[in-house]
Amino acid sequence: MRDVSIIGIGQTKVGENWEKSLRQLAGEAVLAAMRDASIEMADMLYVGNMLSGEIAAQEHLGALVADFVGLRGIEAVKVEAACASGAAALRQAYIAVAGGMADVVIACGVEKMTDEVGEVVTSALALAGDGEYETFHGLSFVAINALLMQRYMYEFGWKHRDFAAFAVNAHQNAVHNPYAMFPKPITVEQFEQARLIADPINLMDSSPVADGAAAVVLCPTEQARAFTDNAVRIAASAVATDAVAIHDRPDPLFLQAVYTSAQKAYRQAGITPQDIDLFEAHDAFTIMAALSLEACGFAPRGQGVRLAQEGDIALDGRIPISTMGGLKGRGHPVGATGIYQVVEVVQQLRGQAGGNQIKDAHWGMAQNIGGSGATVITHIMEALS
Amino acid sequence: MRPTREVGIIGYGAYVPRYRLPATEVDRVWTDGYSGTPIKEKAVPGPDEDTATMSIEAARNALKRAGIDPVRIRAVWVGSESPPYAVKPAATIVAEAIGAVPETQAADWEFACKAGTEAMQAAIGMVGSGMMDYALAIGADTAQGRPGDALEYTAGAGSAAYLLGPKEESLAYFEASYSYVTDTPDFFRRPYQHYPQHGSRFTGEPAYFKHLLAAAQGLLNELGYTAKDFAAAVFHQPNVAFPQRAAKELGFSREQIQTGLLVSEIGNTYAASSLLGLTAILDQAKPGDRVLLVSYGSGAGSDAFSLIVTDRVVERQNKAPHTRDYIARRKEIDYALYVRYRKKLHMH
Amino acid sequence: MGIPNHWRTQHQRYRLVGEICQHCGAKLFPPRDVCPECSQPAYEPFTFSGRGQVYSHSTVLHAPRGYEEFVPYTVALVKLEEGPLVTAQLTDVDAGEAYIGMPVEMVTRKQREDGEEGAIIYGYKFRPVLQ
Repeated sequence: MRDVSIIGIGQTKVGENWEKSLRQLAGEAVLAAMRDASIEMADMLYVGNMLSGEIAAQEHLGALVADFVGLRGIEAVKVEAACASGAAALRQAYIAVAGGMADVVIACGVEKMTDEVGEVVTSALALAGDGEYETFHGLSFVAINALLMQRYMYEFGWKHRDFAAFAVNAHQNAVHNPYAMFPKPITVEQFEQARLIADPINLMDSSPVADGAAAVVLCPTEQARAFTDNAVRIAASAVATDAVAIHDRPDPLFLQAVYTSAQKAYRQAGITPQDIDLFEAHDAFTIMAALSLEACGFAPRGQGVRLAQEGDIALDGRIPISTMGGLKGRGHPVGATGIYQVVEVVQQLRGQAGGNQIKDAHWGMAQNIGGSGATVITHIMEALS
Repeated sequence: MRPTREVGIIGYGAYVPRYRLPATEVDRVWTDGYSGTPIKEKAVPGPDEDTATMSIEAARNALKRAGIDPVRIRAVWVGSESPPYAVKPAATIVAEAIGAVPETQAADWEFACKAGTEAMQAAIGMVGSGMMDYALAIGADTAQGRPGDALEYTAGAGSAAYLLGPKEESLAYFEASYSYVTDTPDFFRRPYQHYPQHGSRFTGEPAYFKHLLAAAQGLLNELGYTAKDFAAAVFHQPNVAFPQRAAKELGFSREQIQTGLLVSEIGNTYAASSLLGLTAILDQAKPGDRVLLVSYGSGAGSDAFSLIVTDRVVERQNKAPHTRDYIARRKEIDYALYVRYRKKLHMH
Repeated sequence: MGIPNHWRTQHQRYRLVGEICQHCGAKLFPPRDVCPECSQPAYEPFTFSGRGQVYSHSTVLHAPRGYEEFVPYTVALVKLEEGPLVTAQLTDVDAGEAYIGMPVEMVTRKQREDGEEGAIIYGYKFRPVLQ
């Protein structure tokens, strides 16, 4: 197996990009990544996306995006794993390069969500759950997460207000990210007073629906120097799955696939959670951030909230998360999120994170969660320079 | 009428939805509080309820009391004027939900408010002929009155299910029945119309009283009984006054009809009306009690039944919720919420 | 989802027919054909009692397409007395009335309608146990 590095990154500003289509968003990100990597050709393209068929009335994204960015003819496919589609595309690209099937591979994540109205998007997102046994019963994706949060609060004695620290931290970090959707701080009071979506989850617990695209270029580490001086090595790439429906899991409050994929990743990288300098967590909802921190080994069971409250997740904390705003502050263009997370880790490890730079960042982790924890993809990146 | 083999009720079940619309709300909205109110309040189904779901609830209660395997049921009949589909039986939904499929008959019956007792008469015939051992007859309705119409005060919702079988297994058995039918258009609804039309005072004397009294008197004559032979009686109850007057004319006292007179608390539940009165009576009946049941359906006709309660009633009464438990479970709603739940608000 | 899908799952949805593993006795809902406890085939139908307790709950204020008319409605994870957790709506409860541990029983209710002309879809919901 060959060691693999990221030699180029690109991203669009996350938000309501009324004037840009799905292919334009993807094209912008891919071309930016290609420029960053100083390449004009690639061997393969993987496009991570969840909702194009439902919302943009378009499938077949591999060929569509390849052609649009001037790569007509190359091998290209769409990869789908609900909210983990972005990281799933990266995982496929990683396998292709590591396995020697290709040398220069692009992984792109793209989502165009604002072409449809509220309940259509709500229905589309609910496809991440179990169609016959969760969404059939009228559960939105938010409601599925709300069931986890309600039980978590009951079992561990937390109040809704206790989760505010996650959202406050994410928004604070988004301030210095020019690509973020909500680059403005929020207060605990604003968090508490936000409109309910599915109790106990309110608008401030939730990451926003948005358009966006991000891309990375991969090549074998031994060839990386030929393209760039600031390559970042992929030290681990690990996927685990769980039952799609939370009712099928023996312990709904323990995200087994998060645990398994994180443990695999630590082993591959040869490190422990204590070595991680920053963690781009999948904070689609505040409860997901807490559960992810716990199952990754950063906090004991039921104590993920405490990490946020005590400042451990801040930029200068023990385990900074959502350093560029996370899903909450940067925005959550579903199938693109996994690539945004990796792009942000690369920014940190290159020392290009501006006002949010983590000092001496060497190991960065990104974790993309599909559904309520059914597909979990963890990547650990290491600074080479 | 008597079948060859004697037939009885093996299990019975009531269901009344949770919501109540006080009659004063209709009065407030339509006459600014200046009209009287014929009843206290009526039962209103929730947004996820219809005749099929209410029938299932009552049928499950009947099965709990009967204690038989539902696959032994050979007929599932739903009498209603408000089935969820114009074409496609509600009865198949009920049969599927209670586990009576596939070796069963299933059909919906329509005869305004007596569709349920019509199904009951047919079930007596089927079981009584020996063609089957168990048949389920249900009366259920989610009745609709035109907004502002006199019917809107009373058009309620509920269901009652009766599992009929051999007398030897029954908690109450049929002594005899009697039916009386003429063509009398006192109340009707044409296809594709939301709300029925009614003949106002024409629904009284030539319709309700003529048919109901004739059926009741016919049965009494056939059996050689008078009102005094009955522990309790229930008459179709579109309002409070009609069944009270009918009882009086037949010689029944207020006490005899009190237990089964529910209209003031749940409204006119149409095909379930007299049948729910009977479930309320059976909930409290003692072995040996003789009970008179008389339905009335517009169009028009009445079915009358005389029942004798057996010893088995005692152990079966508490195997499912009582009719009164459902009546006590109430959440009052205002006219606006009622309009929303009953889809009277056109969103276009 | 189309009519064949609803028709196919009718037994489960109308009356909670799941499966029982004949190897280890585990009762499974939803039916899944392979026992998650012992990985043996589990095809034997088993009808659940429908009684259980609320394990978690939420009130939905922003509904997916087709469920808007029922807003606000309560959804829950229900722990069936035979063991499995099941996701379903609670009915005959007001927003905010549900609590963890609430005893509930299964009822068959209308889930939604495929528009005014389409099929009516029924399925299991749970309501507070009637005394």
